[in-house]
Amino acid sequence: MPLPAGTGLDRRAFVTRTFGLALSVYGVGKLNLFEEGIARAASGPAQPVLVSVFLPGGADSLSVLYPALDSRYRQLRPTLALGAGDGPQFTEDPSLYWHPSLAPFATLHGEGKVTVMPAVGYTHPDQSHFTSRHFWEVGATEPRLVTGWMGRYLDHAGARDNPLQGLSLDYQLQPSLASAKVPVAALAAPDEYTFDAPGVWGDVETRMLETLQPLGARRSDRFLNEAANATAQSDRLRRQLAPFTGSDYGTPVPYPDGDDGFPRQLAGLAAMLASGLPLRCVAITAPGEYDTHSDQPKALADGLDITARSLLAFQRDLEARGLADRVLTLVWSEFGRRAEENGSDGTDHGAAGSAFLIGTRSKGQMVGEFPGVANLDDDGNLRATSDFRAVYSSLLEQWLGEDAAAVIPGAGSFQRPVLVK
Amino acid sequence: MPPVYRGPFRKPQAERLLWRAGFGPRPGEAERLAKKGLEHAVHSLTHPGRERLRGPKPHDDNGHPLAPYDAWGHEQLWWLDRMVRTSRPLAERMTLVWHDWFATSEDASNARLMIRQNNLFRKHGLGSFLTLLTDVTCDPAMLLWLSGTDNTKDSPNENYGRELMELFTIGAGRGGYTERDVREQARALTGWRNDWSENLGPIHFRFDKRRHDPGVKRIFGKRGHFDWRDSCRLCVQHRLHPSFFVTKLWGYFVPTPPPAATKRSLERLYVAHGHAIGPVVEAILKHPALYDGPRMVKPPAVYVAGLLRSLRRGIDTEAWTWLMGLAGQSLFFPPNVAGWDDTRWLDTSTYRARWLIASHAIRPHELKGDKAKLPADAAKLLTRAEAFFGKPVLTGRTHAELKRFARHALGDANARWKKEQYPALIENALRQLLASSPDLQTC
Repeated sequence: MPLPAGTGLDRRAFVTRTFGLALSVYGVGKLNLFEEGIARAASGPAQPVLVSVFLPGGADSLSVLYPALDSRYRQLRPTLALGAGDGPQFTEDPSLYWHPSLAPFATLHGEGKVTVMPAVGYTHPDQSHFTSRHFWEVGATEPRLVTGWMGRYLDHAGARDNPLQGLSLDYQLQPSLASAKVPVAALAAPDEYTFDAPGVWGDVETRMLETLQPLGARRSDRFLNEAANATAQSDRLRRQLAPFTGSDYGTPVPYPDGDDGFPRQLAGLAAMLASGLPLRCVAITAPGEYDTHSDQPKALADGLDITARSLLAFQRDLEARGLADRVLTLVWSEFGRRAEENGSDGTDHGAAGSAFLIGTRSKGQMVGEFPGVANLDDDGNLRATSDFRAVYSSLLEQWLGEDAAAVIPGAGSFQRPVLVK
Repeated sequence: MPPVYRGPFRKPQAERLLWRAGFGPRPGEAERLAKKGLEHAVHSLTHPGRERLRGPKPHDDNGHPLAPYDAWGHEQLWWLDRMVRTSRPLAERMTLVWHDWFATSEDASNARLMIRQNNLFRKHGLGSFLTLLTDVTCDPAMLLWLSGTDNTKDSPNENYGRELMELFTIGAGRGGYTERDVREQARALTGWRNDWSENLGPIHFRFDKRRHDPGVKRIFGKRGHFDWRDSCRLCVQHRLHPSFFVTKLWGYFVPTPPPAATKRSLERLYVAHGHAIGPVVEAILKHPALYDGPRMVKPPAVYVAGLLRSLRRGIDTEAWTWLMGLAGQSLFFPPNVAGWDDTRWLDTSTYRARWLIASHAIRPHELKGDKAKLPADAAKLLTRAEAFFGKPVLTGRTHAELKRFARHALGDANARWKKEQYPALIENALRQLLASSPDLQTC
């Protein structure tokens, strides 16, 4: 009986069969030996994928898209203000300009592949990094919620035996993926997930690795069980990633060079999607330091530059592999920064930030207008013109096909912006 | 007074105490501590006498002494060596606690200033919290990390003022302070500056009256010409500080929240002793919840230092720097000003890092299949592997699974060369599995 197309189970079975095929036919494989399988996986119906890219520290929304010719902006930012000639104009609101490092976003926006939220936040903004980031991660302004918004989505729509459905491309789990019922995974690079031991090989090595599963069985002590759980999930992931060991990802487009791991992580992500691994929600932290209390011009430009060039390469990679219609990427930060600069070449914590939804299926129409610097809030911060919980609700319903009320507390009270075409 | 543990105090309890209050036992240490009984065992940790460093001196991969101020990663090895060789494990563990509590990253300064701050934590670790807080507030690494030297009368910077209350003394979301308090604290904290040297980087940190805002500030409803010392004092005297302090401190030693009555009596103890840290730590180390409650996941630095202590191995490779980074804890580089998240040490990525740490710990002792003459007996092989790590207490389940592995693997030896070589391979694998088992990841 043929496997039903397009289900999670379908994809797993496919991967398992590919793995078996590679082992029996080609031995321990390089990824480029899987081309036939990749083509087959890419052509079949598949689950939509959401990638969350976090800019840590509170990226300055008034530099990301800046009102170059507004005299009030230039007064608030005597040393930091960027000029009209510095970055490309933002076509949807010609009073705004893209930060020069975000030229790659301007390119994608010109192709209709970027939805811009120039001032996204929530009412009663909290100016603590940790609180505000937590709100964004859990998808609610509730300090005590312990599951991430994508984690709760997976609790509803995910599977109990597939940690790859929620993947942190990181050395640690991203909190937005923290789930209550289903497993999720963290992985820095898919090509090096191996478990060697000194002086162990052959039959004994096989037996050693088989012992991870029983060592990972349920324990009564809560934290011993947590360690057992990490053992079991790592063991499952080890078996799923066996085909990538030592691979070059077969990447069809150039990614930015350099020391930073971000572009290579994105290249690995595209390769995993192409191979049919059952990913659904992915979270990754962007390179750069956005908590720019001082030395803002260089820090912000450097961070945005590597981030934007890498995301452009990732989009081109997905397009070249025929995966672009399956993936949307949300870029966000926990808040924006104070409109007035702070006198140490930087800015303090603010309120509304900027967010972007990238992909061929992204609607490409601005959500919420730019609020301007004439009407700041009582703390001197930009006012939000869209709500992150509304953005999440739209992504859940328009992209992931899940009722937002099941995931986002109070989802009914948010007007859903159109994010997907 | 908070309740005191009255159950048996034998090797398992002594072993747990050594892990929670330090970096685990050297071989035989848990047995010796158990003989003292709980009261004297805790006293020996809180009153350890002068520090002696025992064991092989640290060196880099080429056999040269460490250069903690100059060579990349050596400052982390310098501290790891203290953890491994110290005769004052609690003082060293408290240094780690304060590094997390006042999480400062070397990203904003340099190794010299980070080690200076580290010594401050070592000195005040069990002393007065107000003294510690006041010294941290004008500590150079902290002044650079949270924009203290950028905070001037003419352009106040709120970075330190906010975290001082949110993360160090009172806690967010408890109604303890307002946005106005943040701004007024920033004004009170103005005045610190430093110079820049071409060779040494930031130097000569000092208070400069001309940069300080001398005006009246209103903090927590009180008015005065407050300065940085007042900022610290007002926070420590805040009605919500004792509950914040004891709850946060408790969390470093016990993974479940303190019972309400315990929390209240710890707060009273803290206030009665003039905000001294030591008495609160001592009460937590004697509390029943530490011995009767669930296990705790070891932070990566504790896991690494503990493995080396159990093997009596010193710092002889620089690999620990990147391995601890992979496991999620680069000393002197906490992820942000809130420190490390102790509830999220383990996932599929950090689990693999711990596997690699175990491999690196046992590698120098690798047994060669054709040289080592070992018995083809599963029970004996497992006993040897346990002795290799100083006989840690194992759960029955882990013990049974390891023995089953050894039995099955011995059964695979279907040729004469395999019968000769497999016992050594199995012994290597038992060490790897034991060191990375759930039992040794937790304490």
